[in-house]
Amino acid sequence: MALKLMKGCEAISEAAIQAGCRYFFGYPITPQNDVPEYMSRRLPEVGGCFLQAESELAAINMVYGAGGAGARAMTSSSSPGISLKQEGISTIAAAEIPAVIVNMMRGGPGLGNIQASQGDYFQAVKGGGHGDYHAVVYAPSSIQETCDMMQRAFDTADTYRTPVIILADGLIGQMMEPVELKENPNPTMPDKPWAATGYDPKGTKPRAVLNSLYIETEDLNTLIDRLHARYEVIKQKEVLVECYNTEGAEIVLCAYGTVARVCKAAVNELNEKGIKVGLVRPITLWPFPTEAVHDAVAQDSVKGVLTVEMSDGQLLEDIRLAVNGVKPVEFMGKAGSIMPTTEGIIERIMKMREA
Amino acid sequence: MIEKNIFAGFGGQGVLLMGQLLAAAAMHEGKHTTWVPSYGPEMRGGTANCSVILSDKEIDSPMVTRPTALIVMNRPSLEKFEDTVLPGGSIFVNSSMIDVKVQRTDVKAYYVPCNELAAELGNNKVANMIMLGAYLGYSKCVDIETVLKALLEKLGERKAKLIPLNREALLKGAACVK
Amino acid sequence: MAVIFDRTPVLTDVPFHYCPGCGHGIVHRMVAEVIDELGIRNKTAGVAPVGCAVFMYNYMDVDMYEAAHGRAPAVATGYKRVHPDHFIFTYQGDGDLASIGTAEIVHAAHRGEKITTIFINNAIYGMTGGQMAPTSLVGQKTTTSPYGRSKEHCGEPIRMAEMLSTINGSAYIARCAVNNTANITRCKAAIKKAFQTQIDRKGFSMVEILSPCPTNWGKSPVEAMQWLEENMIPYYPLGTFKEV
Repeated sequence: MALKLMKGCEAISEAAIQAGCRYFFGYPITPQNDVPEYMSRRLPEVGGCFLQAESELAAINMVYGAGGAGARAMTSSSSPGISLKQEGISTIAAAEIPAVIVNMMRGGPGLGNIQASQGDYFQAVKGGGHGDYHAVVYAPSSIQETCDMMQRAFDTADTYRTPVIILADGLIGQMMEPVELKENPNPTMPDKPWAATGYDPKGTKPRAVLNSLYIETEDLNTLIDRLHARYEVIKQKEVLVECYNTEGAEIVLCAYGTVARVCKAAVNELNEKGIKVGLVRPITLWPFPTEAVHDAVAQDSVKGVLTVEMSDGQLLEDIRLAVNGVKPVEFMGKAGSIMPTTEGIIERIMKMREA
Repeated sequence: MIEKNIFAGFGGQGVLLMGQLLAAAAMHEGKHTTWVPSYGPEMRGGTANCSVILSDKEIDSPMVTRPTALIVMNRPSLEKFEDTVLPGGSIFVNSSMIDVKVQRTDVKAYYVPCNELAAELGNNKVANMIMLGAYLGYSKCVDIETVLKALLEKLGERKAKLIPLNREALLKGAACVK
Repeated sequence: MAVIFDRTPVLTDVPFHYCPGCGHGIVHRMVAEVIDELGIRNKTAGVAPVGCAVFMYNYMDVDMYEAAHGRAPAVATGYKRVHPDHFIFTYQGDGDLASIGTAEIVHAAHRGEKITTIFINNAIYGMTGGQMAPTSLVGQKTTTSPYGRSKEHCGEPIRMAEMLSTINGSAYIARCAVNNTANITRCKAAIKKAFQTQIDRKGFSMVEILSPCPTNWGKSPVEAMQWLEENMIPYYPLGTFKEV
């Protein structure tokens, strides 16, 4: 299929449709408005339903309703809106409903700003809502990768009956790149015998009870154990990471999303000069590629690790846990939506080499 | 080949479109490309800008901090970005709207009276296409016909009648820098 | 021996957990009977609230959701959009519907969402232990209005049926009570009409039901019925507020 120059927000929407998403519930917030706008135009064309909800709270609960009814449903928002959705995300995780949630991150806390940011790392990766649960978190760094990820996101959500978050910075939503969209007029959908589709006591399908309330301590513990076991499988099977020129590297950079591309430019420039630096780019932020990070930095050649992010040291914590003290870890990052520059990263690497 | 451009001007001058057409044309000619809109505090005051990269190789960072070419449609944009241009790079100035000269001596400056030339074609709206033509006349990174193909995709068949005017504007702009 | 009374098929055989004299059991049974009588069971799903009826999914033998506090109409919307030819009801209390979930219920009505809401108004928060509800009466003593609800301090009780009947998207809005046999009979007819409104795809439908909470009102079941009649009905008049 031919390439098309597409904005990230539009590409992500079309890719979701190609992945079989037919229900979108959302509320406008900058910088992700192109997603609901695109969906409102396109979903009716494919027999789907777009609904502008009265709030982000309502939107995520509509996703719960539609996902629970067996459909592929999604919502998208940006940071303050994602905060509002946390109640629903926690509910969806506990009720074991597949759902896809897109967060085009903007600066926070509070209303913050509307520029690209990575400040919601903790919120997405460490839970966000209350209780013992995880969402699978994908962090794309190009429009093509975002598109390819949507099919995987819906499949993962269905396979593990879990919420999946696409954690992209606002820049991914706003920028344009050529993309190849895989057209998929008849997406395959797994059987969902647990879904609410009507109950006939004489039938074979069990009665659906989609619930996040387990009032007996033992019952709640059984749920958490079940989720935990599922999370262990996810950790084994679903980790995605890109290791770029890390073999024999002296300095290893760690970054995700758009920031990782800025880092890659620094790696390329230094590699051309014969300076050995590499980049580890987590593509899934949860499950975190702990092993890949550890293996990359444990090499004898590695003098130090530099975590680069558009937030005030969030990814840094997972990197430190993965590195586990075997090498010094330094941090370079700014909050308030200030994108690190290739020049700045190179300068920092040179300083680390001298030390 | 790698070109890193910044297009900048007032909102409404068609600055973002210039960049999009260039990126789309690059894609049609098999090049790698990225387009990043002004997406930051610089949007204040109604100025808009976008960064466009064209490359034979896969593009790592889509961010342009040091452009090889700067295309500016108004004076605040020139003042804001002049210092960022790489030595040996070029600056395209819409001299209809900008009454100052480029201060840098290590870059090449081209002055294009976009609005006057557009007026000569009877349509002020194509000032941006005059400027894009000027840039293409200099860089030749993509063919003008490919840009028009991208424009047709953008406009849709219903507005295909606007293509000849835009072709004229691109060619008129290109002629300025020959 | 002839069977003169039996469990409604749409109810499970799980005993209700409700207090003596509570209205929930009566309303649950009526909802189940209506689903049965309309023959829509295998195309029906319900959404349970947060509140005393939180375990409703244990009692209704149909597909059930449990929603976060106040969000039942949004969850029902998601279901209905996926299965437009199915039937969905939400069952909500006064805290759920008239306080934390006002946005969801107003906008479900506003969209003309083809769902049915059974709204239990007992003028108090039951499950959390007798706190003031948005529907608590002026002067009513609760655990968070120990001096009696003050109009100056926290306003007058909210009348949801009247309010929702002003919205164009609502097609059937009624208020009933379960304080005596005649009213219970009327209540069941209203529930049936509300479901029929959904079947006929006319728009949003809701039955507000005044229901006793003897435990948290600090009354015996009989006193509670009297209190409901003497205090609630004068403020919350019974009747049909909207029918299209």
